[in-house]
Order: sequence, then C-alpha cells, then structure tokens
Amino acid sequence: MRWLLLILALLAGPALAVQPDEVLDDPVLEDRAREISKGLRCLVCRNESIDESNASLARDLRLLVRERLVAGDSDTQVVDYVVDRYGEYVLLQPTVRGANWLLWAAGPAMLILALILAWMFLRGRDSAAGAESQGLSDEEQARLDKILKG
Amino acid sequence: MITELGHFALILAFVVAVVQMVVPMVGAAQRWPGWMAVAEPAAMIQFILTLFSFGALMWAFVVSDFSLQLVVMNSHSLKPLIYKISGTWGNHEGSMLLWVLIVTLFGAMAAAFGGNLPPTLKARVLAVQSSIAVAFFAFILWTSNPFTRLAVPPFDGQDLNPLLQDPGLAFHPPFLYLGYVGLSMAYSFAVAALIEGRVDAAWARWVRPWTLAAWVFLTIGIALGSWWAYYELGWGGFWFWDPVENASFMPWLLAGALLHSAIVVEKREALKSWTILLAILAFGFSLIGTFIVRSGVLTSVHAFANDPERGVFILMILAFFTGGALTLYAARARLLEAKGVFGIVSRESALVVNNVLLAVSAMVVFVGTMWPLVAEMAFDRKLSVGPPFFNMAFTPFMVLLGLALPIGALLPWKRGKLGRAVHSLRFVAVLAVALGALAWAMQTGRSALGPVGLALGSWVVFGALVDLWSRTGRGETGSRIARLARLPGADWGKTVAHAGLGVTIFAVAGLTAWQQEDIRVAQVGEPFDVGGYRLTLEDVNRVQGPNYMSTMGTVRLQKAGRTLAMLNPEKRMYPVANMPTTEAAIDYRFLRDVYVVIGDPQEGGGWVMRTYIKPFVNWIWGGSLLMALGGLLSLTDRRFRVAAGARRSVNATGLPAE
Repeated sequence: MRWLLLILALLAGPALAVQPDEVLDDPVLEDRAREISKGLRCLVCRNESIDESNASLARDLRLLVRERLVAGDSDTQVVDYVVDRYGEYVLLQPTVRGANWLLWAAGPAMLILALILAWMFLRGRDSAAGAESQGLSDEEQARLDKILKG
Repeated sequence: MITELGHFALILAFVVAVVQMVVPMVGAAQRWPGWMAVAEPAAMIQFILTLFSFGALMWAFVVSDFSLQLVVMNSHSLKPLIYKISGTWGNHEGSMLLWVLIVTLFGAMAAAFGGNLPPTLKARVLAVQSSIAVAFFAFILWTSNPFTRLAVPPFDGQDLNPLLQDPGLAFHPPFLYLGYVGLSMAYSFAVAALIEGRVDAAWARWVRPWTLAAWVFLTIGIALGSWWAYYELGWGGFWFWDPVENASFMPWLLAGALLHSAIVVEKREALKSWTILLAILAFGFSLIGTFIVRSGVLTSVHAFANDPERGVFILMILAFFTGGALTLYAARARLLEAKGVFGIVSRESALVVNNVLLAVSAMVVFVGTMWPLVAEMAFDRKLSVGPPFFNMAFTPFMVLLGLALPIGALLPWKRGKLGRAVHSLRFVAVLAVALGALAWAMQTGRSALGPVGLALGSWVVFGALVDLWSRTGRGETGSRIARLARLPGADWGKTVAHAGLGVTIFAVAGLTAWQQEDIRVAQVGEPFDVGGYRLTLEDVNRVQGPNYMSTMGTVRLQKAGRTLAMLNPEKRMYPVANMPTTEAAIDYRFLRDVYVVIGDPQEGGGWVMRTYIKPFVNWIWGGSLLMALGGLLSLTDRRFRVAAGARRSVNATGLPAE
C-alpha cells in the first residue's frame, strides 16, 4: 500500500478550479472576482476560463485578480491590468475595438438583411396570391360560420 | 489475417464507390436503364464491404492486436471490453472509418427503400452519395489508414484517453455521425434534383424523412455530449461554446431550418430553391465541422488529430462538395419555379421567419467560431471569442424564436388572421406571465433571467399543447379527446418537439439563474450546509480500479435530518496515460441535482470539496429527448410512407431507430 500512496503523491493531479484558500472574506468582493474570472481565458488551457481551469497559471491569475480587487481597483481596472500584461487574447468576450465591430455587428446585420429579403419574397407571394383570389367575401364568411356552428 | 482482409475490403469498397459514382450518373444522362441499375447493387456491396472492414478493425481492438499501430496508440489490454469496442471510433482513423461506414449505410438504405423513386433521380442520388464516399475512402486510404501494421509489436498499448472511457461518450460519436452524415442524404437529393432540374412535392416528401432522421440523431448526439461534459469534466457545465461543440450545433440549427422549409415545399410547392440551398449548406456545415475537428485548426479539447496534411485534404473535400453544389445551384436554381402563393400572414410566412432565425443564428455561431482565425490572418490580432460573446449574440435569436413559435404554429396555410391565433393563445400568455411573476416573487436574487426563462418556456410548452388541442377541431370535449388519439403522428411529433424546445429553454435559464455553489475545506466527520442540504464527508479511501487508481470520498447527503443518499466522488489517476480525472458524484433528482466533487487533501487536515445545487438541470436533456422523440413520432406518420404517386410504400420508417 505504501508504494501506491507514493505514486499518488508523485502523480498528484492538478488542483480543482477555485480553491478554498483563494476565496476572499468579503462576499461582495468575491462575487466580483468570480464574475471577472469567468471572462478571462486560461492561457495554457483550451477554451477554459480561469474560473474553471485547474492549471497553476489560472490560479496565479485568480490570485492576481483578487489582489487587485482588495487593493481597491474597479472591475474594468482589473481587466485592463490583466490585458496590459497578457494581451487581448486573455479576454473571452472580445472588445468592440478595431475590426471587432464586424464580429459584433454581424448578427444584427445578417438578421436585418435576412428579414428584408424575406419581406420582399413574401410581398411577391402575397401580390401573386391577391391576383389569384381574394379570399372569402363577407357574405361567404357569414355562411361558412353558420355551417360550422350548425 | 482478418486485419488484412479488412484493409482489402476497404480498398475494394473504394473501387466500388468509384464505379457507383460514374456509371449510374452517365446512365441517367443517357437514359440507359442497365447503367442506372448498377447503382442499387453497388450501394449494397459498398456498404457490406465497409461494414466488414469496420468489423475487422473492431475485432483488432477487442482482441488487443498490438501489431496494429492504431490499437497500440488507443487501447490497453486491461481496459474494460466496452471501451475496447468504443476505442474503435475513439480516435481519428477509426472515427473516419465510422463516418464513411455511415455514408455507405445511408446509400444502401436509399437503394433499399427508394423503390418508387423515379429511376433517373434514384441513380443520380446514389451516384452523388457515392461521390462523397469516394472522397472519404481516399482520405482514409491515403492520409489516415487505420490498418497500418507495426514491424515490432509492443507488449501492451498506450490506453485510450481516460476522459473518453465513459459510457456517455462511447455512444456520443456514433449518434453524432449518424446525424452529420445523415445530412449527406439531403445533400445528395438536392444535387440530384438540381441536375434533374425538377423539385416538386414528391421530392420534398422523400427528402424530409431523411433530414428528420439526421436531425433526431444529431439531437441525441449533442445531448449525450453535453450530458457527458456535465458529469465528467467536474464543474457541472453543460455547454461551453467550444469550436467542436459549435461544429455540431451549426448543422443542427440548419437541419432544423431545412426540415421546416421542406414542409413548405411538400405542402405548398414554394420555397423550393431556398430548401435546396439549405440542404447544401446543412451538409456543407457538417463538412466544416469535420474539418474543424479533424484539422485542429481551432484549438480545442477534442482536436486529437493535429495534422495539417489531413486538414488540407478535408478542406479540399469541403471546397469541392460545397463549391461544386453551390455552382450548380447558381446555374440551375432558376429552373425551380415556385407555384404556391400565400398571404403575408400565413403558416408559410411563419416558417420563413423560423428559417430566418435558425439560419442567421447558425451564421452567428459560425462567425464567432471562425473570428479568431480571421482576426489573426487578416488583422494580425490574437484574440478569443468565448462563451460571453455567444451567450450575448446567440440568445436573442432563441428568445425571438420562442416568442414567435406558438403563434406561427397556429396560423393556417395560405392566408390567416394574426388576431385569431393570438386569441386562442390568450390564456397561455396569461399563464406564462403569471408563472414568471410567481418565480420573480419567490426567488431571492434580483436576476430576471429565471422568471423570464420560465415565462418563455411555458409560453412555448403550453402553446404547443393549445396547438395540439386545436387540431381536434370543434365539438364536445369528449369527442375531441377521442379524436386526440387518432391525430396523425406528424401532429403529435410537432407538439412534442416544440414542447421539448420550451422545456430546454426554461431549464437552461433556470439552471443558470438559480444554481448554487459551495467551495470549502471539509473535515472528515464535520457536517456543513449548502442550500438547505446537509453534507458530511464521512470517509476517504484509496481504491484500485481495473486500469486506474482512485481516491474515493464517502459523503452523506441529508435534508431535514433524513439521509437522501450516500455519494462517492472520486479523483482517478490513469497511470498508463498518466492523466488524472475527476468523477463527480451526483444525486439525480427530478427537480434538482446535488453535485459533489472531491479535491486535494489539505495540510491542516481535511479535503477540498465543491458542492453544487443544480436545479432543473436534467430538464435540459429531458427537453432534448422530447425534441428527438417528436422527430421520431413525426417519422412514424404514414403520410411519409404513402408518397405521392407511389406504387408501394416509400418506407421512411425503415430508418434504424437505434
């Protein structure tokens, strides 16, 4: 059994995401730290935020975020501080600066374009329908209602 | 020996596929019945050969034949049998073989059940389907051959990635591929129809069951993958907007759009060219998904084949099939003349709105997924597009879809009155708002997410029920209930699938808004409270598993003094792969899960423990299953089997339900 313990100690897996010793005493500050962490990428991981990651670099970043918050920084100041050091790659939510407006505008722009195209198509179908038949006249409608009720 | 036979069968299947690609296509163009008739037996032979080849590879995994490179890299003699079997497709080469097996399976099904298709259309569909198989056979044989032998076989293998040794993930790829590749059928029908220059209601009636089946498989595959991530990755997330998840999500959205627009073609002979385009795009996105996963161009957890040569090959396949089909579309789409006319307020228009929302949301996911690549190449900026972006950019589309769905589903074909649909939904609207308000009053936080999600979810669910009720016509309640059971499968399918979407919408919002988390150092024997539950870490033991070692905690879960469950969270170490995993212990309940994870021992005694209370989490997958069930119910509708002008049944239900 000793060798097993030894192997376990040697191979001890990475720690889980947020550790109890990282948690700040002030719950409001801790909530802010969690929110900020969720938006920062763990640089050595694949598509994980530092809030979820087990990597030691993520832990360092989490501690850094909390340090800045305790020092009295605002949320944006903390994020800017991290971005200054690690580049915008660290942001999971891309900024709107530079060419990124294309990314943010893509959704609404495509929706508006698609709706315009759909509207033009539907108008075309509708006018074709209008030429074909006008639906029921009031008299016909009344008669139909009578039949359905009876 | 068996391995060589498998290899040989694969090469033979490739040759048959080349014949099936060329001969029937020429035959259809020249109206030579003999040449066209080649397609049917060729499709069968191709499928049987590929099945044999796949079986041979699986056999090598089962008996742990370590003279095969692939088995050495991905298996181990101590691995449980089920994971030896699932190891067959838990790697690049094997999964590509599974992919092409499913391509040939669908080809064989079309050959077997397409008895009443017009002969030229049938020959062309099978030829196009076979051309896809040719491309992937070539890809496997030239860049990723699973049957490569080793001159000096080692004594044992290097084990499968431990994260993949899991029942949920063992069956995730086959379902996903049945869905991905199932869309190849819609693609083949679309391209064949473009060559024929004819799309009519009968065409849509043939295409719809295939699309529906593919969509059902895709739904189940995505749900399985999401469920696996939830219990395996150790923090209870269910969707990460990872490039590979997006790769399966985009075809799902487009297939959803396609099966709705095909209804319009079938019933009203309108939206033909749009439906063709969607069929091409849906399969195109399946290929893009394959490219993203197989090339590793976007770093992600799943990209286990980081090989540029393969990436370029798949990119060429993608370019050929999407580019070729779109060129053909540009040249021939004008021939597809629309017949049906309808008013602005009509079921047709509602389905156009559905298509706009689903297609644009798929494009939003696409742009977000590809943006880091574009930004790096075009603007020299290295940046990330993560979950916060997708949550913000994608969610509005689903909200709009949810709002519009019940109204659109109630509108009649051709010409309707918005007022009438809204009138029959007035009680549903009141109920939804009331439930939302109730949730708002009961919850402690100030977040509007939960109440809004509940209101939207119940609007969709009860809207679907009102829709079903309205199908029973008029008259007394008793006779309407009797009529309910006799409604066609398609009506039930529509209701169940729409209700499933509502359930999932509510569950995602509810879980996100109301979940609770607790992180602490737990001392053995000292209870602690989380969200009304009392947990006690009673013991921690070392346990030896078949191919791993485990640190297993024993946690008592209590509520109001009553023990609900004993939970065993584990930390496992797989020595062969040298990889640790966390096995969360979950107390599954209808209304909530309690999710417990054990971490490292602390110097001052005690263990790190993370506890989550996850309300309504199982409803996410419950809703997904309802959507899949709705699709299956719709497939049973006999109208699919009695196709227009049919001598005998088209037999859409001949699709395998496994």
